[in-house]
Parts: sequence; C-alpha cells; structure tokens
Amino acid sequence: MVRVDGSGGSNSLIQVRGLDKTYRRGGGEIRVLQGLNLDVDKGDFVAFMGPSGSGKTTLLNLLGGLDVPTRGTITVAGDEITHMSGHKLTEWRARHVGFVFQMYNLIPVLTAFQNVELPLLLTKLSKAQRRKHVETVLHVVGLADRMNHYPRQLSGGQEQRVAIGRAIVADPTFLLCDEPTGDLDRQSADEIMGLIEQLVKEYGKTVLMVTHDPVVARRAGRTLHLEKGLLAESAEPQGVAAGGRHEI
Amino acid sequence: MKFSGLIFANLFRKKIRLLLTIGSFAVALFLFAFLAVVNDVFSRGADIASADRLFVINRTSIINPIPLADRDKMLRIPGVKMVTHDNWFGGIYQDEKNFFPQFVIDPENQRQVFPELMVSDEEWKNFLKDRQGAIVGARTAERFGWKIGDRIPLKTTIWGSGNWEFNIEGLYHGKRPQDDETQFWFQWDYFQEHVPDAQKGQVGWYIVRVDSPDDAVRVAKSIDAEFANSPYETKTETESAFAASWVKQFGNIRFLIVTIGTVVFFTLLLVTGNTMAISVRERTPELAVLKALGFSDRTVLFFVLAESLVIALVGGLLGLLLAVLAMPVLTRALSGLLPQLVLAPSVFAFGFATALAVGLASGFWPGLGAMRLQIVNGLRRV
Repeated sequence: MVRVDGSGGSNSLIQVRGLDKTYRRGGGEIRVLQGLNLDVDKGDFVAFMGPSGSGKTTLLNLLGGLDVPTRGTITVAGDEITHMSGHKLTEWRARHVGFVFQMYNLIPVLTAFQNVELPLLLTKLSKAQRRKHVETVLHVVGLADRMNHYPRQLSGGQEQRVAIGRAIVADPTFLLCDEPTGDLDRQSADEIMGLIEQLVKEYGKTVLMVTHDPVVARRAGRTLHLEKGLLAESAEPQGVAAGGRHEI
Repeated sequence: MKFSGLIFANLFRKKIRLLLTIGSFAVALFLFAFLAVVNDVFSRGADIASADRLFVINRTSIINPIPLADRDKMLRIPGVKMVTHDNWFGGIYQDEKNFFPQFVIDPENQRQVFPELMVSDEEWKNFLKDRQGAIVGARTAERFGWKIGDRIPLKTTIWGSGNWEFNIEGLYHGKRPQDDETQFWFQWDYFQEHVPDAQKGQVGWYIVRVDSPDDAVRVAKSIDAEFANSPYETKTETESAFAASWVKQFGNIRFLIVTIGTVVFFTLLLVTGNTMAISVRERTPELAVLKALGFSDRTVLFFVLAESLVIALVGGLLGLLLAVLAMPVLTRALSGLLPQLVLAPSVFAFGFATALAVGLASGFWPGLGAMRLQIVNGLRRV
C-alpha cells in the first residue's frame, strides 16, 4: 500500500517523513523537496512522474542513500538511513538497494557476466556460488546466451537487461529505476517493463521507478506525481499488482 | 583476489596508453640502472678499497714523480708492513681508442700488496724470469683476443719514443666482480732500461701496506712528516680517499647522476600521474556506479592505486631486466673506458622500490579524487 500523507504505519518497508532537499545555486536556494511523506510496502511497484526539475531523480537518490536530505527522515526496513555514516550507508546500499539507470551504466570493459557479478564481489560468496547466482539471474533476464558479450556487443534493451540483472543479483530489499526505458525504443521499453513487472509479480520485488512516459508509468501498481516538492497520487488506472511469487 | 578481474580489465581498457606508460617506466628504470652502474663504477674504487693500503703521491701533483730512494725511508716508519710502487705508462696499442691502463710495477711486492688481483704461481714465475714479460687483466686479454705467449707492442707517449715490446706471461683475475681486470703490468727493470736517463729512479706513486688498518691515519701522517721540507714532499691518503679524489677530478659525478636520476623519476611521476588522472577522469561515471553499488571509497582508491602499481611493477621490472641483459653488451661497448659494469642487487632493489613509490605517488592524487567523488555528481557526467 502506497501512501503520501504520512499516515502509513511503522510496518511500511519504506517510510519517508518530512523530507526536504534544498540546493544552493548561484547564491540562491532551490527547495526541490518540501516536507515530502511517503510509505511504500514490500512488493509495491511505484512510478514517480513529474516535469523536468521537479525532483524525481533527487527523491530516488535520497531513497537510495546516494545523497543526504536537508531535513527529514528515510527509514527502510527499520533502518533510518538519513543519519548513517558514509561507510555504513555504503554497506547499506550494497545490501538493500538495486539501481537501474537510464543509460544502463555498465562497465564497458567487463562482460555481461562480469557486470552482473559486480555486487556479489562485495559478499562472502565463493567464486562457484557467485557463478551460480549470476547464471540464474542472466537466465531470468533472458541473456543466458550472452553472458560473455561485452556491452558494446549488445543492443540497448539487452544492456538494460544486464543492468537489471546487476541490480537484482544480490537480492536487494528494493529496486530504484531512474528512467529505465528512457533510452530505448518502444518495443525494447515494453520488454524491459515486462521484465520489471515479472520481478514484482513473480519474485515479490519492491520497485520505485522514475519515468516521463505515461505508458510506462501505467505499468506500475501506483503512479505518484511530484510537483512543487510534494507527492500526489494519480487518478489513472494502474497495471501490475502483486501476484504469485518465486524466489530468485 | 576477487577484484583482479576488474583491475586488469580497466588496465587493458586503452592498450596503447598502457603500453606507452609501461614503456616510459621501463625506459626510466633502464636509464636509472645505467646511471647507478656508472656511479658505481666511479665510486667503486673507494668502495672496494682496502683499509690497510695507503697511496703516497708527490704533494705537488700525481704527475710529479717521487725518488725510488724514498722507499727505504718509508719501510723504516713504524706500522709500515710493505711498500710497492707504480708508474703510469700511457702507451698506445695500435690506436688511441684502444685505451687500457698500463702500469710499471715492482714485482717484488705486487702480489702481497694487491692480493685480490690473482695470478697463478707458474705464470708469475714466468713473468719474473722475462724482463719483457707482462701480466694482463682478463678483460683486456679478452677484449683484444690476447693469450699467453703473444707479443704486444705499445707505443710510448711519455717515456721517450717508439714501440716497446712485451710478452704476455700471465693473466690476472679479480677475486670480486667489481675488481678491475683491465690493467696491463710490466716490470720496473725493463722500464728503467728504456726510459731517458733524467727519468730513471723516479716512481709515480707508492702503495704502502700497513700492519693494522686502525693505524693507517697515523702512518700516513708519519710518512708525510718524514718527507716534509724535502724536495719531494708527499701526500699520503688511504686508498679510498685516493680513489675518491681521483674521481673528483672528473667533476661531481655523483651529483650529476643523482640530479639526472631525480629529473627522470620526477618526469616519470608527472607522466604517470597525468595518465592515471586522465584514466580516472574518463571513468568518473563508472566509479560513481561502483560506489552506488556499494563499493567503498577505500576500495575505489585501492582500484586506482592497484592499477598504477601494476604499471609501475611491470614497467619497473621490464626496465631493470633490460638493464641486466644490457650490462654485458654495454661493458663490451665501453671496453677500456669503464671497468666491468655490474648491476648490484642493491641497485636493482632500490630501482624497483623507487618504481613502486612512483607508481603509488602517481596513483594517489587521482585515487584520492575518485575516493572523494560524490556519487550524484559522478552519475551526472554520463
């Protein structure tokens, strides 16, 4: 259940309270987020929409512990991340967050296999265990036959699949997707959204996604609009709902 | 090492740049090794000098002679064990470029005063029997293809005129690799027969062996005091001081070499530092992604340092190994000009350590930048 009025209970997976983010630019201050509240439960698929500069990516960065808020708190699975030290936050990110970026952000000198394996290098898994995990994930994202290909040898859609594989391989608490289809054609975008839906429906993943595309946003369970630093719920009908789940 | 795949993948990202950077390390280390070896050659005399040997020269200059008669006075000074003497011959073998040092020696004490330069007893006996006999250092014999029994003409440039003929009766070898094996020795008596009358009975310098190295300074002072206010005042020094002052005549070789070496390494630091800075800057978004995935600031610093260390390690080893392989070739090429070139293990170790230090230093600042990179700022550069 997604709420933006701050009325969610303490059992929400993600709980945001009074979140402010202010940037200083050219001597002035830009208040991007203004006392934002949000509650997201496990297995929710939320899309954030809004005009450019409305603070969508800023919100995602704050939720992912990539940036620190000016005020307010973010609590994920009982951990308040807003007051964590840099070192703790890094460890927390490795354990709880999977990132999917618009430009895929794969390491060009690593193969699909090696890119997906990256988050597992931070775990205590053996080489054989890592291989097993990566192969399973590449199978889930439909690239089992491309594991030794470099990013330059893959299409945009395939690169994004590798990026999704990298995001889910360590089984994070939630996924943050920043315009995951923003650089793809319609068919590839559709395939990527199908994959994300599959992760939510079949594997019970919690996904928070930023998008400009209303068609893509409709695939989410809930769309929230970010305007004037606050979130508002969309009235439009929504797509995916959590269904039968598998463990990856 | 689970991060090695990532480190090596990044290293091989730009192969030509990698090769050129490794190449600059290799060239710098080769040059360093060569300079260190040349420095070693010039300072070797002092380093390997025997503590119980004193060199006595004319106080005015080494080119001014000292009478042979002074030998007996020296022998009477307490603490003096034995005395021998040398003259510089300065002959030319076929062509001036075929330089090698030739000494007129006193056969009586030569082997006792210089025990590290070894001649077999049989060859030495033959040498003593033949007034025109000569003993040649193994390197010089090898250089000119000489063997025992060969007759060698040397054209004199100092002692009268014409060719002097010698028979090679033996070869000497140094006990240590650093010992000079380029000298050519012949007998005092033969020399005395041929020099103009005005130069007879004059020696170039004396070499005194003392009873105890601890007594060397006192004996040196006593010798100089003995000949003070005489027509042939002396200047007596330990062998190491004598060798050091001899090298000083060429200028401050050590300073020159250290300066060149420092410039080489500083340039290498700038080149490698620049390469690493470019390499890190090109990868800013990737480093930001790694951090977003949970790689710590220290791990990112480690990646950058590891890359620069690998470059330094490979380039440094390559340069030093090239130097090891090149030493025999350079020794042959510089035959006669410099004694045996030896790349000492300490030079190898110092060069290697310096290469690693340069590698660490060149990767440190770019690594620090990568470590401090704000993820959000890094991701914006995609």
